[in-house]
Amino acid sequence: MNSERRVAAVALLLALTLVGCGVGKGDQGSSLTVSAASSLKDAFTQYAEAFSDGEVKLQFAGSNALATQIRQGVRPDIFAAANTELPQELFAAGLVERPIIFAGNRLVIAVGRDAMKVKSLADLSARDITLAIGAAGVPVGDYTAKVLSRLPSVQRAAILNNVRSREPDVGGIVGKLSQGAVDAGFVYITDVEASGGRLKAIELPPALEPHVAYGVAVVKGSAQHKQAETFVAGLLDGGGQRALAGAGFEPPPAGAR
Amino acid sequence: MSSGKHGWFACLLVLALSVTLTFLFLPIVAIFVDSGPAQLLSTLGDPSSLEALRLSLECSSIAVAIIVVVGTPAAYLLATRNFRGRALAVTVVELPLVLPPAVAGIALLAALGPNGLLGPALQDAGITLVLQTAAVVIALTFVSAPFYVRQAQSAFGAVDRTWMDASRTLGASEARSFLRIAIPAALPGLGAGLALAWGRALGEFGATLMFAGSFRGITQTAPLAIYEQFGTNFTAALGLSAVLVAISGALLLTVKLFGGQAALGRVES
Repeated sequence: MNSERRVAAVALLLALTLVGCGVGKGDQGSSLTVSAASSLKDAFTQYAEAFSDGEVKLQFAGSNALATQIRQGVRPDIFAAANTELPQELFAAGLVERPIIFAGNRLVIAVGRDAMKVKSLADLSARDITLAIGAAGVPVGDYTAKVLSRLPSVQRAAILNNVRSREPDVGGIVGKLSQGAVDAGFVYITDVEASGGRLKAIELPPALEPHVAYGVAVVKGSAQHKQAETFVAGLLDGGGQRALAGAGFEPPPAGAR
Repeated sequence: MSSGKHGWFACLLVLALSVTLTFLFLPIVAIFVDSGPAQLLSTLGDPSSLEALRLSLECSSIAVAIIVVVGTPAAYLLATRNFRGRALAVTVVELPLVLPPAVAGIALLAALGPNGLLGPALQDAGITLVLQTAAVVIALTFVSAPFYVRQAQSAFGAVDRTWMDASRTLGASEARSFLRIAIPAALPGLGAGLALAWGRALGEFGATLMFAGSFRGITQTAPLAIYEQFGTNFTAALGLSAVLVAISGALLLTVKLFGGQAALGRVES
């Protein structure tokens, strides 16, 4: 009988713990949840650590996966994407407040530190080259598609023929590159800088370079509205802007919305 | 003990089971409620979804075949012999069960990737695994093998020793006794292990993405296609998820029925 009581007590305790965790909305009161593009990882992590206006919880993934979460009812406080289209779409759908552009970046060809096979864009269409690029719909994949669309069709087909993996976010491309699984990939210049020398960048001809701009918006109905606005403001002028510049991001393009 | 005292315990058990079933089943029901039959049908007409399903079925079948052929005798050895290091061997077999898929992916890259332990040797032999269909099969085999081997080991362990002894005294070789006595007797357990391993292989995501990458028709299995569609077309992702659930469910059910019949047949004969 004693042991039965003990079982019951343990069960009750477990149930209470579960209830405690599950409904524990109260402790989110002071922390800010930020859904951000994978490529913002280093800059945002650094900014969040220095952010004085409360605790910041960060989640990183492909911008389009994060946008889908928001469409499905997930409510972070801030959404920061590696393009301007996704925040604009969510704004049009009434899910986020008016987005602003807070940074620019550059798409480059990245290769392993000791790679000899790829020295320029022209080498990407060679026979024995392997490539990893972003999947369609992921910003880095769409920028890559834009670059390729500006090439002659024969060269474009040859490059696409060398693609071995279409990754769901830019982190996957960096991973494949640093493991030597592929010879080259299209990533942002900031990813190469963050690799600590494991990767090196080959710049694209200016005529081919896509216009890479990052949009950020406060998610509608955020309980931490003031904090969220402070966080966004800091991206333009303050700790966030410094962290972005330190990670190699460019200021938002002039004349941006 | 009065029945009243058992009453509350029985209630607790029923409550626990109800919570478990609701928690496990609700998300699966939601997939079908959210997608609907029209979406399911349009998924079956989408070439990239179909290609992903085909690849998933092919790769998981090959992986399961490898697991059964190698895993069955291995499990038999673990179940019937006591040898030095047996406990260690059992632990090694079980280890992938508790590894996060991402760790499995990293581990496979560290072992078989171009910069990995066996990378140079493979390169010299002219073998490239990463980002190839073979890498998918390897990843699936790695993560799902323990599900089969563990189950097979306990199934062999439960085979009545006297049958095997009788078979040996009647002059059958050990190999013959293994094939004619041990395997038929352990069949339900082997079937259950096979279903679990197959289901795990069909659902594999993280290790595949890291080790094999994601390329339509070559390495993009159904779970990878679902994740790619999740970011672009949620309803398509739902449709493909529903199809995958249906396939996995059917597989589990078939093997269970087959295993159950085998068990019944054995009792009757």
